[in-house]
Amino acid sequence: MTASHSSRTFSIRRYAPEPGAWGKITARDSVVRKLDWILLLSCAALSLIGAVLVHSATRNRTELNHGEPYFFFLRHLLNTGIGLALAALTIWLGHRTLRGAVPVLFGLAVVLALLVLTPLGSTINGSRSWLAIPGGFSLQPAEFTKITITLGMAMILAARVDAGDRPHPDHRTVVQALGLAAIPVAVILLMPDLGSVMVLGAIVLGVLMASGASNRWILGLLGTGVVGCLAIWQFGLLDEYQIARFAAFANPSLDPAGVGYNTNQARIAIGGGGLTGSGLFRGSQTTGQFVPEQQTDFIFTVAGEELGFLGAGLIIVLLGVVLWRACRIARETTELYGTIVAAGIVAWFAFQAFENIGMTLGIMPVTGLPLPFVSYGGTSMFAVWIAIGLLQSIRAQRPVSAAR
Amino acid sequence: MSNIPETGRTSRVTVRLIAIQILVFSLLLTLGGRLWYLQIRNGKEYANQARSNHVQQVIDPATRGSILDARGVPLADNQTRLVVSASRTDLLKIKDRGKAVLARLSQVLGMPEQEIRNKVRLCDAKTPQPCWNGSPYQPIPITDKATTQQALQIRERSEDFPGISAEPTAVRRYAAPGDANSAQVLGYLSPVTDDEITKAKDSRSPLLRSDQIGRSGLERTYDSELRGKAGVTRYEVDNLGRVIGKAKSDRAVPGSHVITSIDARVQAIAEKELDQAQKDARNVFDKNTGTNYKADAGAVVVMETKTGRVVAMASSPTYDPNAWVGGISGKDYAKLTGKDSNYPLLNRAIQGQAAPGSIFKVISTTAAVNAGYDFDGHYPCTSAFNIGDQVFKNFESENYGAISLGRALEVSCDTVFYDLAYKQWQKDGGNNPTHPADWFYKTAHQFGLGKETGIDLPNEVRGRVPDRQWKKDYWQANKDGWCAQGEHADDYVSKIAKENCESGMKMRAGDSVNYSIGQGDTLVTPIQMAAIYSAIANGGTLYNPTVGKAIVSPDGKHIREIRPTAHGKLPDSPKTLRQIDDALAGVATRGTAAWRFGGWPQDKIPMHAKTGTAEVYGKQTTGWFATYTKDYTVLMTISQGGTGSGSAGPAVRKIYNALYGVDDSGQIDEKAALLPQPQASLPKIESDGTIQAQPIKPVSETLPDEEEGQQE
Repeated sequence: MTASHSSRTFSIRRYAPEPGAWGKITARDSVVRKLDWILLLSCAALSLIGAVLVHSATRNRTELNHGEPYFFFLRHLLNTGIGLALAALTIWLGHRTLRGAVPVLFGLAVVLALLVLTPLGSTINGSRSWLAIPGGFSLQPAEFTKITITLGMAMILAARVDAGDRPHPDHRTVVQALGLAAIPVAVILLMPDLGSVMVLGAIVLGVLMASGASNRWILGLLGTGVVGCLAIWQFGLLDEYQIARFAAFANPSLDPAGVGYNTNQARIAIGGGGLTGSGLFRGSQTTGQFVPEQQTDFIFTVAGEELGFLGAGLIIVLLGVVLWRACRIARETTELYGTIVAAGIVAWFAFQAFENIGMTLGIMPVTGLPLPFVSYGGTSMFAVWIAIGLLQSIRAQRPVSAAR
Repeated sequence: MSNIPETGRTSRVTVRLIAIQILVFSLLLTLGGRLWYLQIRNGKEYANQARSNHVQQVIDPATRGSILDARGVPLADNQTRLVVSASRTDLLKIKDRGKAVLARLSQVLGMPEQEIRNKVRLCDAKTPQPCWNGSPYQPIPITDKATTQQALQIRERSEDFPGISAEPTAVRRYAAPGDANSAQVLGYLSPVTDDEITKAKDSRSPLLRSDQIGRSGLERTYDSELRGKAGVTRYEVDNLGRVIGKAKSDRAVPGSHVITSIDARVQAIAEKELDQAQKDARNVFDKNTGTNYKADAGAVVVMETKTGRVVAMASSPTYDPNAWVGGISGKDYAKLTGKDSNYPLLNRAIQGQAAPGSIFKVISTTAAVNAGYDFDGHYPCTSAFNIGDQVFKNFESENYGAISLGRALEVSCDTVFYDLAYKQWQKDGGNNPTHPADWFYKTAHQFGLGKETGIDLPNEVRGRVPDRQWKKDYWQANKDGWCAQGEHADDYVSKIAKENCESGMKMRAGDSVNYSIGQGDTLVTPIQMAAIYSAIANGGTLYNPTVGKAIVSPDGKHIREIRPTAHGKLPDSPKTLRQIDDALAGVATRGTAAWRFGGWPQDKIPMHAKTGTAEVYGKQTTGWFATYTKDYTVLMTISQGGTGSGSAGPAVRKIYNALYGVDDSGQIDEKAALLPQPQASLPKIESDGTIQAQPIKPVSETLPDEEEGQQE
């Protein structure tokens, strides 16, 4: 901090001369200085590591990369760039501005998700969760609903608390919020995109917890989930092969040609990495393309094999940093709305990262979920960066506390 | 956290946020822990899996080493043949599971369709031979006798024969030089089983799916030396099997050659004479059974006395070991192992056991001398020996009056040994023994009976010395049956059973008396007796018989000789040994074998012999003929063949004639002698793998000899 700045700090802004561009950026109350740079840099690091890993997984897959080894690498960087821009846009708008637009955004996301079910949607890997848009791009609307469900529920749950009417959301509010959440969940269940539904479930749980809703709701929701699973199991709502596919992560022999194969190969790739890995671009499992969907859902296996325990561990640590900063933002914001949104994002990232890495490590069932920032995939990348934008703007718009 | 109270922040929310944070970090910790478990704790295992995942092996089989005779003539070598094989994996991909393909193949090959189908089915507990007991992923050989034309037909119409290949392959050949087929000595090969691959995985010589393994004979004993190491080219492949690089490769290391002490010429004669002896015996009338002798089996061993090396070893009935090459046919397998086959796969020289009869008397003589009886003493040779109302006949001999032990050996007088054994039995306490010395039994053990000689052939049997311990064990195992059968004792068998039930645990006088002349429960193998007579010839050393003489690397550079080893010394003083040696020479000149060695040049090549005729309950007698010179022991036995000298005499004489070049009148023609002295040197193997071997003529002139000359 320079002397000239400190003198300006005490001036009344209105009467001070208009500061230059650099001054604006570095001003004490400027957005740039209020940003959580640790969070931002961790996310950027994850995205860049992701670009390298995606490149390693795809440089030889000529049937995917149209003969250009750098195709996916560049696309991943482009996606990251667009993601950053979206985050900046979100910060510029500010989450309070967006709060007013939540009903519109929520409706838009649901409509996009519904479009997937129309002939406009396309099916990839057995789940109809893609929306083909002109220009050879495709969109995964379920990713956006992860944001809008957080925002929508936060809006309802926080409305009367932030107005100072009551300390916690009452039962009616909670019912309203759950009713709202049910809409995108139902649509995505129809696709069916089980992975996304699980993430939405985690978000709902995180949001309810952070909202201060009664313990009964939290426990009730958890209980419903458990009972629901048991019911599916007991009453055979799923076909046996579906259950086998689900359980194959623990026992690959249940579905040896399908999920069991993926799980097995993923485990071999990661296990074979050892402490330091086989070196970037030197992994035999990766080079030999033994792990399917390696640039997206199974990207972590590339890290495990080629970068070893150190590299893969670094990814987990970086994710930990992101979650730590997000939790901090949730704790330190003064409005319940901001707290709920931040907590929803924490639940989302944490569950999705745990599920994605967990399935490659063979401790979670295999579902088609990307690893935030690291996996290749535009929509997912945009969504997580928008979420980072939300976190930053929540942080930026709270009063600066004395003890930072 | 700030301590300024904030709006919208209640303690409940704070607690909840902390709970979320704890939850989140425990999830991450779980991931880290699991990552550690996979990568650090079990990393090696997964690294191995990854390696096998992406590496495809192309196997270049090693040429199996040859088995050579003492002069370098190949007894077993390799030959290039056109092998037609079927890939099960490919056949099963076809709609009708390859039925039509196999039908077409049967037409081309001129084989019954059923036989082909049987050959490609997999062995399991319920499937009889023929079936495939190798890996289901490996091409299964259907025939190795395809003609060039058949192979061309298959190759040119490959679209008609998916999964069928016809390729030149090195296959085992048992050349039978000069008709010396040596089947049981050589053994045979068959494909490796999954179990064996698993077991050998971490050993020094791991097995490959394509490997053949020696199953018996020399092929089995020296399997690891003969097999060599298959070359493996490892290609790194991707998940679709496309080659993306070449990994570490090992070149094939051909197997070493095993040089044996077998002399193919002597072997051929031994086989021929064994066969002839049996044929002759079948023309002899057996007074006891009222039919001709059956002579259903036999064995002969020719051994170097000073080393224990086997110069020839034959077992009858025999078979053609080439039947195993390229997978055995169902018919052949039944012929070799069926109930009516008389088990030609058995090597009766090491696996056939019978009572030794009078050739056992060298052991009884030693026992008597060691028990304190004077070799040159006077022992009554009566025509019969009585214990109570039991009469023991003097089978092969007559009343010679009082004679020495040497003379008793010469004329094979049973009663001399009866008397000695009975006295010894009494001395040991009779039916109520107290600290028995058991000289006769102890001596048998000292001669190496009741245990393997340690020959370098698999599955040698031990024989049996029916001593007190054995009697006890045997009685324990059988008393229930005996006692049940003996309850209503009216016929002979039941009476015996009753007697066994009551006193079978005891060494009875009759047991000891019978035992002393090699009758009763004693069992010996021809190789045991050959080792014993060689020991008498060489001054008392019991050698472990060997067939393998040296292991020579394929380029002939590295030679590992297999040196003779001994497993014991005869318990005779040099004097006794000389006396027994003299007596056995007497057998050949004036004793029981003299009529077979008429005109033998005894002054130039001293001949020693002992005849034996063993009683077998319910069968005709087993003939034994044990002979030796200073160089060789020749021992022949014919099951159900009558007396030893009667059945085996001429055959043994002819083997000696050939070895030393002696004609029937006793003239020695050194040029005609095949092996007047044991082969001391090893054949030379050139660095290019060729072996200098003398061509040999077959014994019978009827067959053209294709296999002679230089062999690779």
